[in-house]
Amino acid sequence: MATLARLQARSSTVGRQYYFRNSVVDPFRKKENDAAVKIQSCIYFYPRHLNRIVTIIQKWWRSFLGRKQYQLTVQVAYYTMMMNLYNAMAVRIQRRWRGYRVRKYLFNYYYLKEYLRVVSETNDAIREALEEFAEMKETEEKKANLEREEKKRDYQARKMHYLLSTKQIPGIYNSPFRKEPDPWELQLQKAKPLTHRRPKVKQKDSTSLTDWLACTSTRSFPRSEILPPINRKQCQGPFRDITEVLEQRYKPLEPTLRVAEPIDELKLAREELRREERLRNVNDNMFLPFSSYHKKEKYIPSMHLSSKYGPISYKFRSENPKKWICDKDFQTVLPSFELFSKYGKLYSKAGQIV
Amino acid sequence: MSQRQVLRVFEQYQNARTQFVQMVAELATRPQNIETLQNAGVMSLLRTLLLDVVPTIQQTAALALGRLANYNDDLAEAVVKCDILPQLVYSLAEQNRFYKKAAAFVLRAVGKHSPQLAQAIVDCGALDTLVICLEDFDPGVKEAAAWALRYIARHNAELSQAVVDAGAVPLLVLCIQEPEIALKRIAASAFSDIAKHSPELAQAVVGAGAVAHLAQMILNPDAKLKHQILSALSQVSKHSVDLAEMVVEAEIFPVVLTCLKDKDEYVKKNASTLIREIAKHTPELSQLVVNTGGVAAMIDCIGSCKGNTRLPGIMMLGYVAAHSENLAMAVIISKGVPQLSVCLSEEPEDHIKAAAAWALGQIGRHTPEHARAVAVTNTLPVLLSLYMSTESSEDLQVKSKEAIKNILQKCTYLPALEPFLYGAPPNILKHVVGQFSKVLPHDSKARRLFVTSGGLKKVQEIRAEPGSVLQEYINSINNCYPEEIVRYYSPGYSDTLLQRVDSYQPLNN
Repeated sequence: MATLARLQARSSTVGRQYYFRNSVVDPFRKKENDAAVKIQSCIYFYPRHLNRIVTIIQKWWRSFLGRKQYQLTVQVAYYTMMMNLYNAMAVRIQRRWRGYRVRKYLFNYYYLKEYLRVVSETNDAIREALEEFAEMKETEEKKANLEREEKKRDYQARKMHYLLSTKQIPGIYNSPFRKEPDPWELQLQKAKPLTHRRPKVKQKDSTSLTDWLACTSTRSFPRSEILPPINRKQCQGPFRDITEVLEQRYKPLEPTLRVAEPIDELKLAREELRREERLRNVNDNMFLPFSSYHKKEKYIPSMHLSSKYGPISYKFRSENPKKWICDKDFQTVLPSFELFSKYGKLYSKAGQIV
Repeated sequence: MSQRQVLRVFEQYQNARTQFVQMVAELATRPQNIETLQNAGVMSLLRTLLLDVVPTIQQTAALALGRLANYNDDLAEAVVKCDILPQLVYSLAEQNRFYKKAAAFVLRAVGKHSPQLAQAIVDCGALDTLVICLEDFDPGVKEAAAWALRYIARHNAELSQAVVDAGAVPLLVLCIQEPEIALKRIAASAFSDIAKHSPELAQAVVGAGAVAHLAQMILNPDAKLKHQILSALSQVSKHSVDLAEMVVEAEIFPVVLTCLKDKDEYVKKNASTLIREIAKHTPELSQLVVNTGGVAAMIDCIGSCKGNTRLPGIMMLGYVAAHSENLAMAVIISKGVPQLSVCLSEEPEDHIKAAAAWALGQIGRHTPEHARAVAVTNTLPVLLSLYMSTESSEDLQVKSKEAIKNILQKCTYLPALEPFLYGAPPNILKHVVGQFSKVLPHDSKARRLFVTSGGLKKVQEIRAEPGSVLQEYINSINNCYPEEIVRYYSPGYSDTLLQRVDSYQPLNN
């Protein structure tokens, strides 16, 4: 009850208190409302604000990026431009250098021209020289031909010398109806008449086979010697009988006694003697002495033969092994001499081949 | 019966034998008798007579055998089959010089026919005895032996090698120094036959010091000797650069050029061959030939002879020109091109023409200047006609086509090119138009001339597949001219103009 009493006691003040309290709060109420509105509006517009801010940030960022890109492009362009320039310069340098190098080391136009000029000069010279050479050959040949002709003509003139005109009778080249004689006449006058040909002595060379090799001629054989002719007619005139003449001509050689005898008669006689002796021989075995006394005897070499160096091995020629170029013997192309090839193998051990 | 009567029998027998052998040998000289002789069994008879006691009969029998074997292959084989060779070889070493000659003659006659027969001779061991005969005192024996060796060596490399192994080469070198011309000739030709097979054999010849002696004798007046020597030198130098240099070092050079002026055709031909074999190896050797004036001499030589003698000279010019452009220029300034074009048009034989075409191609392929030098002699139309002709051989056609192509690809001399627009087959036309398309953009005078001479019109008439190389060339030519001109010269332009006249409506004021 106390509480109620307390409350009832307070009830008069509550109304006043309520009013008072409201009247105190009233002036703040609008302000708070405004503030609430403000806060609400802030919360409502905050995203938009954020967006705007982001846009601004993006704007700046993008512009930054763009500028960077642009700078890069400019740099590249600049670089390319410079490279082009450098390349152009390099080409200039290369051009000069290459031209210089080729002219200096590889292909010199003037040198080539000079070379070709020299070659053509050489060609002319060679052509001239060869022409001269050919001409020389030709003149030589012509000369030889002329000489041959001349010789032939001379021979002809000598052969026909009998056609020369005499004091009494004009020859055929010296016709009296012409004003002047034929030139051949003068030639005949100069020529010496041909002497009579002597019958050629036929060589009885049966072994002249030198022209065998060609083996073309059927006449290139060794012929048998000429036989005495038979059936020759009796010559007119006071001659001896043909058979008698031929007999004398072809009579066999009758050597004198001295010539007929062989020169080695003494040798032959000895040979004969030896043969007869052998014929008369009864026993072929050699006659040997009876006693064998000499076998016991010791052989004492003579002072000249004895030497402490042993026997000298005989060599056909001095050998100097240092000068040999190979260790084989020379190849023998000719059949070896029989005795020499046996040397040292059959007779003694002394001369062994080293 | 007295002794005399007995002896007479022998004498008669001997006379009969002599007479028989002589008659057979005489009969064997005539080709018409040979068959009869063979049918009569002459071979076996001669074989027994080869062993006769009388040397003259032996010799004559050998001679008869040689003549028979010389005649043909079969008889030579018969000689081998009858086992005559061992007898001959056996007695070759022992008998006198006449018999040696005759026996060497038989060996030569047998060996010349075929490699098998030559091998049969080698198998008999004849080489050693023949080599011994080369040392003989008598020049005739030497000659016969050298001849036989030559005929054995000429067949193939093995037989040549056998001859070399028998030690023949040093003795042949001695033979070539003998005074007898015939012996020199045979020795030189033996060298030629030995050296021709392989570089090793040629090296064997060079190693024996033959080249110096051969080179000394180039000036010998004897034509046959000269041509054998030149042939030997060319066979040596054909194998390798080293061998060719050895030959050049023997100082053949200005001297051998005199042989190009010789009267004898063979000397000329072999001298040309020698120079060709030397020049073909390297540019340096070619340069040497050019510097000594060899090219001019060769061109003169080509001008002075006909036919096959020209061939090596023509080839030599081709080889020299092929090595480098300077050498080709040297050939041009030595007036080689007119001479070659003369050869090309004059010669009746296809292979010579082919060689000339090849040489021209080699000369013209280096630079435009070279090509121009070839083109101004009016050679290209001749080459084209040879290429187009149905009568020319395949080789000639190929060679002339190559030459045309080589020259055209470098040629900028348009007047020479223009006739090709009219008569050339498409595969050549391509190159011609290509050359025009390269030259015309840079040369205004040529452009004008090209129009006035009707070249442009001709180009418009060419039917080319779109997209082909030819079409590209045509387009680039057309780009050098104004549109109207090109259209004016296009085929069918007059018709289009007339059509425009038909369709035109006159303006009525």
